[in-house]
Parts: sequence; structure tokens; C-alpha cells
Amino acid sequence: MPSQVPLVEYLELGEDPRLVANECTECGARFFDRRNACASCFGTSFRKAPVESTGELRAYTIVSFAAPGIPTPFVAGVVDCDGTSVRANVINCPPDPEHVKVGMKVRLATYPIGTDDNGTEAIGFGFEPIS
Amino acid sequence: MANDDIWILGIDMTKFGKHPDKDTVDLAAEAAMGALQDGGVTMRDMGVLAAGNLMGAAAGLGQQLQKQIGQTGIPVYNVANACATGATALRTAIMAVKAGETDMGLAVGVEKLAGAGLLSGGTRKAEGNTWTPHGRYGAVAPVDGRIGTETMPGVFAQVGMEYLHDHPYDGEPFQLFARISEKNHAHSTLNPKAAYQKRMTLEEIMGDVMIAFPNTRPMCSANCDGAAAAVVVSGERLKSLSKEQQQRAVKVRASVLTSDPWQEACQILPDVNTLTRMAAEQAYEQAGVGPEDLDLVELHDCFATAELVHYDNLMLCKPGDAVSLFESGATSRDGKIPVNVSGGLESKGHPIAATGIANVWEIATHLRGEAGDRQIKGAKVGLAHVIGLGSACGVHILEKPAA
Repeated sequence: MPSQVPLVEYLELGEDPRLVANECTECGARFFDRRNACASCFGTSFRKAPVESTGELRAYTIVSFAAPGIPTPFVAGVVDCDGTSVRANVINCPPDPEHVKVGMKVRLATYPIGTDDNGTEAIGFGFEPIS
Repeated sequence: MANDDIWILGIDMTKFGKHPDKDTVDLAAEAAMGALQDGGVTMRDMGVLAAGNLMGAAAGLGQQLQKQIGQTGIPVYNVANACATGATALRTAIMAVKAGETDMGLAVGVEKLAGAGLLSGGTRKAEGNTWTPHGRYGAVAPVDGRIGTETMPGVFAQVGMEYLHDHPYDGEPFQLFARISEKNHAHSTLNPKAAYQKRMTLEEIMGDVMIAFPNTRPMCSANCDGAAAAVVVSGERLKSLSKEQQQRAVKVRASVLTSDPWQEACQILPDVNTLTRMAAEQAYEQAGVGPEDLDLVELHDCFATAELVHYDNLMLCKPGDAVSLFESGATSRDGKIPVNVSGGLESKGHPIAATGIANVWEIATHLRGEAGDRQIKGAKVGLAHVIGLGSACGVHILEKPAA
């Protein structure tokens, strides 16, 4: 098996892939990027917090026109994972409004993005419908 | 001396559309000279200049403009605040007058966007031959398109769909948003300054090219060229001007600018709601009026999906009731609270930095009774709203000049 890297640092690969947020130890606000301080309470101390891997699709769009190199159409959305909002594509689902609905239940899923010159495979994530 | 009594003395906008023979300075000069002439004043009277041109923010539009229309040594503030750049320029000029630093100032916004195509977040970078983490997310490849979308039509599509999630809607979302667009395109037929003045049927709108569901092309703001400018004056200075100038001056009852306060999901999907609601609350408080007192509203319909949520954010309806407000016909030009009688950004056009002053021009023109065929009869109070993603929100409430 080739070595793997996640598309973004907050995707934790392994047996059970999951998203891990930076959680403010003061107020509990969660962020996915590298932090200087908390945007909510200005605290500077963070801990790693695993995010629930199932959730509800709160908003979506089906993008038909995108920057060069991005295959279209694709479904972009916001998933409410037990109180933590996550930006992601909806994958493993036909990109049309008959199959994608706000309020639908979804779960985290990963997929390979490609392999680099060193043979390392990059792994991306999305959310797929729970049928 | 600080001054709370602020008026718009002169205001103008160019026709929005394609201006291949004019550059940004030409367009800004046309609007600025128009506003000065409208106010019966010259560059000599200006104590401050605030200028915005988002795409050329580093060029220093203010000084470029001065070199064409009048160099008097006054302070220039070149501002950039996404799609709220024009409102920010106006707010800057107002703050200078309000602070008592001067008693008259000029605000200008201009953009050349015709043929610009799709505007996206622009964070996509070239891919290398090895996966190497970059940036704040430690991403090994571009995330736009892989982790959601950064395109404007896609972001605002989600904003509209989220509203229908939070306030469940039984109907067909695509058709609902297309009908909002149909209203604004119908309004545009009466506006000679609009980039597009073409009535479109619901079928034409829904059958057009899909950009980001549920926004088709005519449901997106039209990229075009244009400029707008305004002269603001203190009440004290206005008293020294002619009767005619005083009669046409429009009172600025509220001028507010906000940014997005932290909310749970605001760094996931830009939150255009909370800062608009905050700006509206502050503006109503400043103006001493409520939404029920407004005779017309120009709000930031950068996409049809955005107009719906701002009915609610500007408190034109009860919380959660935006769909019923629209369904009642209240926001059409013959309705209780006409919204975007200019045609809105979807048809009037959206030359980014001009928009936040052009919407104030639209309101002022109705309050002066000079809006011609599209005049909202007897309009006394109006509100202009603009959003810049990132985010910034400007709200201005204007009142009819004294009789």
C-alpha cells in the first residue's frame, strides 16, 4: 500500500478517518485552520477535538461553473456535525436537486485524489448520503 | 466641532454597462463631476476625498482622479472593502464631516468589470509534483472545488438554501428564487441607467445557463462598468448655501458599517446575515425609524438567493417570514415595501466599488421626486444596503429633503 497524506491537516487518516478541529479551551469555539487566537473569545489555548462523522446537510449548491481544472458539476455544502459546521462536497451521490436535499443525513467518506512523483497518495474527503 | 447633521448635497452615477472607451478614471471623473455639479459646488469646496476601486486597489484611484478633476491638497482615503467598497467610501467621507474635520467631502466608487466572468475566492494555487502542505489548512492541493466552493454564485446559493433549511419551505426552491429574479428584471425596464433593461419570463430565467444551483446566469449580478459619487455636507454648512441647494439636499438619517461578528459557522460559510441584522438595527436606532416607515429599499441582490435572506435581515418581515413577504407581492414596485426598483444588481449591474453609492443614488433620486417613470410616489424615507463578502455591510437610511 502506498503511503498516504491527507488533503488537509484536519483530516486524520487511519482505520476510521475523521476530522479534527482546533477547539478553544476557553469557550469551545472550533476552527479548522492554524490559529493565532480564538475569534470568539480571543483565548490562545487550543486542544484537538474530533468532529462527529455523521451530520445533516444544512445548505448546498450544485456548482456548474468553477475555476479551471475543477470537474463540474459538483455539490458543495455545509454539514452540521452535531453542532460543528463543516464545509465539504457531497460525494457518492448524483449532483442534482432530486438526490440532494437540505436536511438529508450524511456521513464522512474519503477518496483518493492522486499520486505524486514519490508514489504518495493524497486522500480527500466529502460527505455521502446515509441511505 | 463634531456634527451629527449630515446631508447629501449632490449625487450622480454613470450609466452601468459596457464602456470600452473609458477607463476607471474617466468613469470616476464623470460621476464625481456629475455629483459636484448636482450639488452646485466644486473641488475647491471639498475637504476630503474617499475613493474606491476594488480591482485596482493598489493604484490609488483618489489621487489619479484628482489629477484629472482637481488637485487641492486635501486628504485622500483610498478604500477597499469587497463589494461594500462604495459604501465604505461614503461612510469615510461622512465620518470626516461628522468628526468636524471638514464640512464637505466627496466619495467616489468605480469599477471596470465588463467581461470579467466568474469571480471566485482566488485561493487556488498551481499543483506541484509532490504533495506538500501549504497554508493555514496544511493543504497539499487546491481546496476550492474539493472542499466546497469559493465561487460567489455558489457561496450565495448556499446562503439562500440555508434559509430554506432553517425556515422549511414546501415549494420548489429553484422557482422561488427565479421569481425574485423575474421581479427585479421587470423593474429594470424602467431604469435607463441599468446595464440590462430586459424583462425576462420565469421560463427564460430558469432555462438559462445554470451557474450554481439554484442560481442561473440572469439570477447572478451582472458584471459591468460604472461609477457613482456623492458630495456630503454638514447641516451647518448647508444653511449657508442657496435655497435651491437646500431644497434638493437629502438628509442622511443613518450611516452604518459593520463586519461579521463570530458565529459558530461563519468561517465555514460566510455569514452575511448577522452583520446585516446588526447594521439594520443600528441604522433604525440612529434614524429613529422602523422598517415599517420605509417607502423603498435597495438591497444587495448580488444573487437572487441573497435577496430573500435580506428581507429578513433588514427586518422587512417577521423573522422567518421572508418567503411569505415575497409571495405577498410586497416587494414589487407596486407593493407595500418596494425592493430594488432599480432592477437590482441582477439587471442594473454590479460594478463592485460603485454599487454602494449607486444604491444611495437610487434612493436619493426617489426622495427628490426625480426618478421619472420608475418614481415611487410620495417616497419620504428609504434604505440602501450593501454586503461585501469577507464580510462588510453598509446601511444608509435617507430622508426626503425639506419642502
